[in-house]
Amino acid sequence: MDWTWLHKLASPPHAYRIAALLAPWFGWPAFLLIVVGLFGGLVLAPADYQQGDGFRILYVHAPSAWMSMFIYATMATAAAIGLIWRIKLAHGVAAASAPVGAWFTFLALATGSIWGKPMWGTWWVWDARLTSELILLFLYFGLIALRTSIEDRERADRATAVLAIVGVVNLPIIHYSVYWWNTLHQGATITKLGKPSISGDMLWPLLVMLAGFTLYYLAVLMTRLRAEILRRERDASWLRTELAA
Amino acid sequence: MNLTEFLAMGGYGAFVWPCFGLLVAVLIWNVVAARRLHADARRQALRRLAAGQERS
Repeated sequence: MDWTWLHKLASPPHAYRIAALLAPWFGWPAFLLIVVGLFGGLVLAPADYQQGDGFRILYVHAPSAWMSMFIYATMATAAAIGLIWRIKLAHGVAAASAPVGAWFTFLALATGSIWGKPMWGTWWVWDARLTSELILLFLYFGLIALRTSIEDRERADRATAVLAIVGVVNLPIIHYSVYWWNTLHQGATITKLGKPSISGDMLWPLLVMLAGFTLYYLAVLMTRLRAEILRRERDASWLRTELAA
Repeated sequence: MNLTEFLAMGGYGAFVWPCFGLLVAVLIWNVVAARRLHADARRQALRRLAAGQERS
């Protein structure tokens, strides 16, 4: 198979241009989906029979928690690709993903805490789900700190890639924590085998939000990746013609 | 349903609205931060290019 297209795509000047091209195609649909998801979640979805309108926090909390793990998995995959095939752009993707992942993890923890107060009677419990998600936040912080603490870029790329890959262990722990340990946290809503434990008119805004968040991440990733490429290619000749335009 | 009723969120308003407010703030902030990051990197690259041109 001919792989030249891949090498062309992964070349910094191409990636820089393609990222600029793609950003609005991710960004605007993301904006529309999130607006529709917010309206669906806050207005159209019926109140829960147990939690009343309090359950609407789900529409922020669950997609954020999903993104915190999805971005981590993407970041670790990119880091592994960068490590194995020595593709600098992949390290750039990993570096650009970490802050966004950290923000979604923060959102998941903060909204979970706010949701916990009225429903569980406490802001926080040290159970497996909450603790493993908190560890995910610290993993993101550790990755960002490690990268900034190493001056040599290639060494920084390798070191953070190794840590990111090791940290993947935490993802199944987060996901299965509600089954493996006793917890206050409810089980899975959508991904439960068989049929989801949520009715259709409550489910669709959740799925719309999820799609919106994913596209949002890709849009932000494109812009952050462009900044990464500029900083990594500081002495490349293509920058002259690219930036002169 | 009127507006006050909607804002009250069946008594959960004090918990629901901060969550959605936080979401909107984080979403806006990440776009602003990414754009600023790129603009800064671009400015730095241009400065380096200009400095390089002076030397040669």
